[in-house]
Amino acid sequence: MEGSVNDYLKVSGRIFDIQRYSIHDGIGIRTIVFLKGCALRCRWCCNPESQEYAVQTMMVNGKPKTIGRDVTVAEVMDVVARDMPYYGRSGGGLTLSGGESLLQPELAAALLQAAKCIGINTAIESMGYAEFATIEKILPYLDTYLMDIKHRDSAKHKEFTGKENTKMLENAVKIAESKMCELIIRVPVIPGFNDSEKEIADIAAFADSLPGVSQIHLLPYHKYGEGKYEGLGRPYLMKDVPMLPDGKIEALKAAVEANTALQCQIGG
Amino acid sequence: MLIYGRNGRKEKCLGMDIYYTEPIEKSERIPKLVADLYAKMPEIEAARAELITESYRETEGEPMIMRRAKAFAHILENIPIIIRDGELIVGSSTIAPRGCQTYPEFSYEWLEAEFDTVEHRAADPFYISEETKKRLKEANRYWKGKTTSELAYCYMAQETHRAMEHNFFTPGNYFYNGVGHITVQYDKVLRIGFRGIIEEAQEELAACHFGDADYATKSRFLEAVILSCGAVIDYGKRYAALAQKMAQEERDAKRKQELLTISAICAKVPEHGAESFQEACQSFWFVQQLLQLESSGHSISPGRFDQYMYPYYEKDLHSGKISREYAQELIDCIWVKLNDLNKCRDEVSAEGFAGYSLFQNLIVGGQTIEGKDATNDLSFMCITASSHVFLPQPSLSIRVWNRSPKALLLHAAALTRTGIGLPAYYNDEVIIPALLNRGLTLHDARDYNIIGCVEPQKAGKTEGWHDAAFFNMCRPLEMVFTNGYDNGEQASIQTGNVEDFQTFEEFYDAYKKQMEYNISLLVNADNAIDVAHATLCPLPFESCMADDCMKRGKSLQEGGAVYNFTGPQGFGIANVADSLYTVKKLVYEEKKVTIGELKKALEMNFGQGFDAITAKEVTLQVARAMKGQGREVTPEIIASTVQNILTMELPAEEKARYEKIKEMIDELPKFGNDIDEVDSLARDAAYTYTKPLETYHNPRGGIFQAGLYPVSANVPLGAQTGATPDGRLAHTPVADGVSPSSGKDTNGPTAACNSVARLDHGIASNGTLFNMKIHPTAMAGEKGLESFVSLVQGYFDQKGMHMQFNVVDRATLLDAQKHPEKYSGLVVRVAGYSALFTTLSKSLQDDIIRRTEQAVNR
Repeated sequence: MEGSVNDYLKVSGRIFDIQRYSIHDGIGIRTIVFLKGCALRCRWCCNPESQEYAVQTMMVNGKPKTIGRDVTVAEVMDVVARDMPYYGRSGGGLTLSGGESLLQPELAAALLQAAKCIGINTAIESMGYAEFATIEKILPYLDTYLMDIKHRDSAKHKEFTGKENTKMLENAVKIAESKMCELIIRVPVIPGFNDSEKEIADIAAFADSLPGVSQIHLLPYHKYGEGKYEGLGRPYLMKDVPMLPDGKIEALKAAVEANTALQCQIGG
Repeated sequence: MLIYGRNGRKEKCLGMDIYYTEPIEKSERIPKLVADLYAKMPEIEAARAELITESYRETEGEPMIMRRAKAFAHILENIPIIIRDGELIVGSSTIAPRGCQTYPEFSYEWLEAEFDTVEHRAADPFYISEETKKRLKEANRYWKGKTTSELAYCYMAQETHRAMEHNFFTPGNYFYNGVGHITVQYDKVLRIGFRGIIEEAQEELAACHFGDADYATKSRFLEAVILSCGAVIDYGKRYAALAQKMAQEERDAKRKQELLTISAICAKVPEHGAESFQEACQSFWFVQQLLQLESSGHSISPGRFDQYMYPYYEKDLHSGKISREYAQELIDCIWVKLNDLNKCRDEVSAEGFAGYSLFQNLIVGGQTIEGKDATNDLSFMCITASSHVFLPQPSLSIRVWNRSPKALLLHAAALTRTGIGLPAYYNDEVIIPALLNRGLTLHDARDYNIIGCVEPQKAGKTEGWHDAAFFNMCRPLEMVFTNGYDNGEQASIQTGNVEDFQTFEEFYDAYKKQMEYNISLLVNADNAIDVAHATLCPLPFESCMADDCMKRGKSLQEGGAVYNFTGPQGFGIANVADSLYTVKKLVYEEKKVTIGELKKALEMNFGQGFDAITAKEVTLQVARAMKGQGREVTPEIIASTVQNILTMELPAEEKARYEKIKEMIDELPKFGNDIDEVDSLARDAAYTYTKPLETYHNPRGGIFQAGLYPVSANVPLGAQTGATPDGRLAHTPVADGVSPSSGKDTNGPTAACNSVARLDHGIASNGTLFNMKIHPTAMAGEKGLESFVSLVQGYFDQKGMHMQFNVVDRATLLDAQKHPEKYSGLVVRVAGYSALFTTLSKSLQDDIIRRTEQAVNR
């Protein structure tokens, strides 16, 4: 006997936050569970406390705050399930974010499975940085894959994020071809990195080539994460980078829509 | 500018009702009417006080109901009338826009005492001329010893007087004013006019036999109705004549024609039934206006306007007599007029009802008496009207049920997003069963509307006394710690020394006893006032539009209504719940603090120092003690005592301990965060008010039913409350309605909703009030609107009763405090109503800013 059918509820892992009433990451009213640990080190990352798997201390409003805690799926679902009435009315549900959730594949899969068991919508925000075999394990429980694609140029990608993009682009194709979930491409638009029309158009063209993909989201760069770097005692490398000029993101959206069949949205 | 979301799309699916949901632009007339209305500070006028006094002097010794009718007729015959520039709907109770008359038959002393301050007070100032002061003083001389407030005071028990002095509750609303709080049979007036009602009264009168036991009272009541209705008919004709005269003098051809139309309409309604939509609008308005001239009661609520006006709209629209645009303009004109009516309250009450509000609640949507969805074009147009005039009145509400069309909810959400604080959302799925439980028939329960802030009832059949008092649930909690001793005297019952309580149950039992005792005094106060109104101020005009007054031959005040209730409000649930949790956890379970230590910490305001109010209270105690010992109390002693208290320094160690206790309290979980243990304590705490109350009866043959809402009294009454075990400092506001304490709900809007939904809303059938402040970003875009609607529905699915929203960011409110001139049009949700932010007192503004802003998580 291999244990009970509810074993997935006992799976544990490390998260650093749960946010309820999130309305900008997937359909309806959602609860976002942030898994800790990331493979990339994007310079603009607005959740730098997500990057290390280790539990950390971050100064928040002058007080030390412990970032990261080990939880079981049952514990997380106890919070997630509290908003069932709102998911029911809005079509919402659970979104996994990070970090890169796929670095804790058992936890990610078990959370999504648990969400499906209580009948709610599921989504994951991820760069697809894992072996496809890992991704395949979560697809049966996944409704929407919100996949970050930051750049087509692998060298530039590596320079700004610490990793090449090859595996992620391959995975994007495989996820799209699997037809097991809706795939939406998301692009953080970062000044000085990928904010030229050409760079965005390249990503859009790639997204447009993926079977079944009809939406792309452009997420304008913001500096909300700056204080967290300070709280972690890390330098903020984007300090001197200017914000996107007014009208820029709208121009990029127009360019995407002119050159592809994609529906383009600003923000999540 | 309003963004209409999905409003532009018509619902056209097969099998679904089709509504006209296209946005209708506002006419140029509306901004002009609004600007004229708000050009000056509102003013107090003397005409009504003089006229009623003249009439009363003539009718000494006659039956009270006839004296009331004759006085009403005398007022309507002689009060100055005016048609304001550009009005399509006419009828004003004062010459000055937003002016107010006075009502000395209820109370007058407070106004005389405030003659010289009323223009400069913080909440709801009114201009009053020296000439008016003189005229009012002269009229008021007659009323000494003849008012409802004086009679009510005589009827109350001594213990009740004491409890009121110690601020356990305040029944000030009906103590000083008329009752109001009613929705009458507007539909009946629209259908048969006051001529028709006179005929009904005459038939009833003809059926009275000289030998009937109730002949004397019934016949005089019916005669009073006939007299009152005749006076209203004549009042309409005064406007017909005025419009005719103005038309003759008018140069502008278009306006001339408008005035001629107004003249023709006022010659016909409200005497006869209305035929056109404009006639119905005018007839409605005379009823709405004149109810508020008969007595000073507020919360006279138009109710289901979209239902009873619809037949007239539909008929005119289909016959091509009226365009949608013109119908919208007429509705907009009524909305402006609803802001023309005003009322001056005493300074303390003005704090409790701040914002010049008359709480004229108008509700759209919901279901028909047969249980079908009731939405129609007018439901949408009423919401549009509020976006057009962008003023606090009417207190617009929407009924939500499982079959409410999404288009209507999105249309309402788009209005909410403007930040006007309207509409308030009500849940049929809770309110209908709650009313059934109070004895309403299914038909009547389905036809409910809201009175005033949040109080549900069946129109035209109910005398609900919905706003009968404010009861501060934190004060009995203080009495548990002081064994009923307050401000130097025994103010409540003794429930034992708190230091002797060995278990949480003992502590909680003492609280329940303190609650029960003071609730009985609250009932005593309300019933005394009730009798005073029945005796001195029965209202024949109001009563002729409610069943079964004519059949029973009794006014509403004397028990003529089919359904009779008294609904006083409790508030401070969040504070009581969090306080009980503190005592349970820190004192009795974890034993980190002794109950004696907690008592000391509360007395010492958690070591945070004392404010002027505490200094005054303590000085009063010292002075009383000294007098008790036969010592002389001089002004010098008082001054030095106050000074000592204000500058008192606790020993550092003691201060640190109290601060530590506050810190431990602050770290405990609080109501509003979706934590079952705390929330179930809150549910139980609410029962300490709602359950004892429903066992009491009123003199009209009805029962008491609890409401859980504060209007804005949580601020002034909080100022009379010492520190509480939830960590709340002395004299700061207590929690409003059923909402979590300000700033204590930190897990987002769904968590706050879940917590509040855990209370038993069904038993609080006089209404519950849940305030939520939402940041504009959380409602941005279509997704923001859709999510907002889902949030409301999700709360309602869990049996929450009411929800209302302030959609404005903190920075904006802070800026509005600094630069009120830039924000004269900023409307915010206060409690069961909206008000212009800059007209509110500083402390109430602060309270609104403190309420947690629920931002969207990113």
